[in-house]
Amino acid sequence: MAELTYRDAVTRGIAQEMKRDPDVVFLGEDIAAAGGVFKTTVGLLEEFGPLRVRDTPISEQAILGAAMGAAMTGLKPIAEIMFSDFIAVCFNYLANEFSKHRYISNGQTKCPLVVRTANGGGARFGAQHSQSVENWCMMIPGLKVVAPSSPTDVVGLLAASVRDPDPVIFLEHKSLYPIKGEVPDGEIVDTIGTAKILRSGRDATITALALMVPRALEAAEKLKEEHGIDCEVIDVRSLVPLDTQTILGSVGRTHRLFTVEENPRLCGWGAEIVSIVADEAFYDLDGPPVRITTPHLPLPASDVLEDATIPSVDRIVDRVKRSLNA
Amino acid sequence: MARKPARAPNDDIGEETRLKMYRTQVVIREAEQRAFDLFLQNLVKGTSHLSLGQEAVAAGFATAMNPGDLSFCTYRGHAHTLARGVSIEKVLGELMQRDNGLMRGKGGSMHLTSEEHGVMGSYAIIGAHLPIACGAAWRAQYKGQKDVSVCFFGDGTTNIGAFHEALNFAVIWKLPVVFVCENNLYMEYTPIEDVTAVQHPAADRAGAYGLEAVIVDGQDADEVYRAAQAAYAKARAGGGPSLIECKTYRYSGHSRADPAKYRKPGELDKWKERDPIKIYRERLLQFGIEQETIDKIDTEVRQVVDDATEKCKAAPQPPFELITRDVYADGGWAWRN
Ligand SMILES: Cc1ncc(C[n+]2csc(CCOP(=O)(O)OP(=O)(O)O)c2C)c(N)n1
Ligand SMILES: [Mg+2]
Repeated sequence: MAELTYRDAVTRGIAQEMKRDPDVVFLGEDIAAAGGVFKTTVGLLEEFGPLRVRDTPISEQAILGAAMGAAMTGLKPIAEIMFSDFIAVCFNYLANEFSKHRYISNGQTKCPLVVRTANGGGARFGAQHSQSVENWCMMIPGLKVVAPSSPTDVVGLLAASVRDPDPVIFLEHKSLYPIKGEVPDGEIVDTIGTAKILRSGRDATITALALMVPRALEAAEKLKEEHGIDCEVIDVRSLVPLDTQTILGSVGRTHRLFTVEENPRLCGWGAEIVSIVADEAFYDLDGPPVRITTPHLPLPASDVLEDATIPSVDRIVDRVKRSLNA
Repeated sequence: MARKPARAPNDDIGEETRLKMYRTQVVIREAEQRAFDLFLQNLVKGTSHLSLGQEAVAAGFATAMNPGDLSFCTYRGHAHTLARGVSIEKVLGELMQRDNGLMRGKGGSMHLTSEEHGVMGSYAIIGAHLPIACGAAWRAQYKGQKDVSVCFFGDGTTNIGAFHEALNFAVIWKLPVVFVCENNLYMEYTPIEDVTAVQHPAADRAGAYGLEAVIVDGQDADEVYRAAQAAYAKARAGGGPSLIECKTYRYSGHSRADPAKYRKPGELDKWKERDPIKIYRERLLQFGIEQETIDKIDTEVRQVVDDATEKCKAAPQPPFELITRDVYADGGWAWRN
């Protein structure tokens, strides 16, 4: 066991996979010599050399296109898109190219690649550098979408993503980079498509992703201490594939469902979960499912305004308390 | 009387290669013409983008390739797919969206892909495949493999960002990729000169990326073949990418729905005087190949096209179980448990 930041866990995960497999290569803007704008890739150039860790121009289409062509022909590329907002300028590759080529070609081709990107708010960067774009990715058949909330999960899910035979969008949360956690020694490989129950409870199920996970956990503590409400907290971890069984099982025990989503409200991942639960576990529910989301708004830059926009611990506590006491 | 393939003094190409290039052009001409006829009979569904008039470009580049070299095509990709040796039946079958098609009807005419022939896909979002070809070339460079990635696109494609990103990227990484612009004078329905800042849409941009401006007569397969050979040799030797602009012309409309009313008067007839197959028949005769040999190729190819047409007409529709197959690598489409 060693204490590691979420940021250093990214480096460790990449290094673990590059050491294991010489076909794993890594490209992106400022990732090699500079070690990444979030310092998530420091030392990789020195360890693996300039043929495997390559700085690119500011050409997001070239980055993702090159990753795809390399993946189709035998490499296992990891491509970094600096901020997840920039996925918008190379969205074609997610929406039309590496997500669909296997299908289009009737199973002839493969695209085993990982797109890593810094997602989410809290850094006061304003509307174009703070978005939570998980719903942009989740809606595309052919992609897998992963978003870890802890250093250990970063290493294990990153390893699983690199080893996965399909294209994976790996959403790192930029506000989680400084958080610390105990990470086991040795190789860590997790399983994509599995949610984790991080706290057991009897009264309500709270599902959360990435930065919303620590907030949901803190809210659950407060709800217990201050209001005697005992919440189960599920870290969804992977939006595609989605571990609905863990969620349905939990709702079957608690009879209430809350989603805590950082993405703007419309078409957020929680809507899909609520719809599945309504479809398949309606009679397990003792009350309406509740989505706690960023409102359907661009994000303001100001710290006070941003904090009032993204779901906070207090907002989660308030919504759960009001719903259950109603 | 059968002669051995000969090579005239100072002839760098030779009879065997010329006959192969001729046959490829005839295959494309006959298959594309048949695709058009089948469309009129409502047997080719969806869309289709023909390369009638552009045969020499596909034949020249494909003939100069080694097995293992990779082709990246656009929706106007039937020609390049056939030129790599994919059967006419598989191509027509895909255009007719039958179960015997190259992708069993799942891709359609715009996405012809045959990995075993090095056809790494036909891409229908303008410009998207230039960076993808860079990635395949990066893999060759990284693994020390000697194949070249060849990327075909139109004049209109030179005005989209991905073209410029890919050129810069390929040059700075010195990738073994060859970019081939088939300048057929139109982007869809608009003359390329009306929407482009320079006269030669690809060649005039080459200098911006430190590349040589190369313009080739796309109606002469020998000229195309020579340009391809030079670019492939440079790529294999570690000399980096090339950008080649081929001047050519499409005889049909942009796609099946287009009557091409926008052509300038007399333009089509003028280009047909320089028909690539006509030019090449004369070339073969000039190099001492007998008319009989040429006629025999024409007859054989027509027979193959006829046979393929009948097989495709008789082929079943794709089965419904294909709908959910091959979304993910496990062969299925499951997005949840
Ligand atoms: C990004 C994008 N924009 C527009 C289109 C629609 N479109 C299809 S083909 C075409 C013209 C392309 O012209 P060119 O590159 O010259 O190729 P050609 O069809 O002449 O071979 C256009 C605009 C598209 N498929 N993708
Ligand atoms: Mg054109």
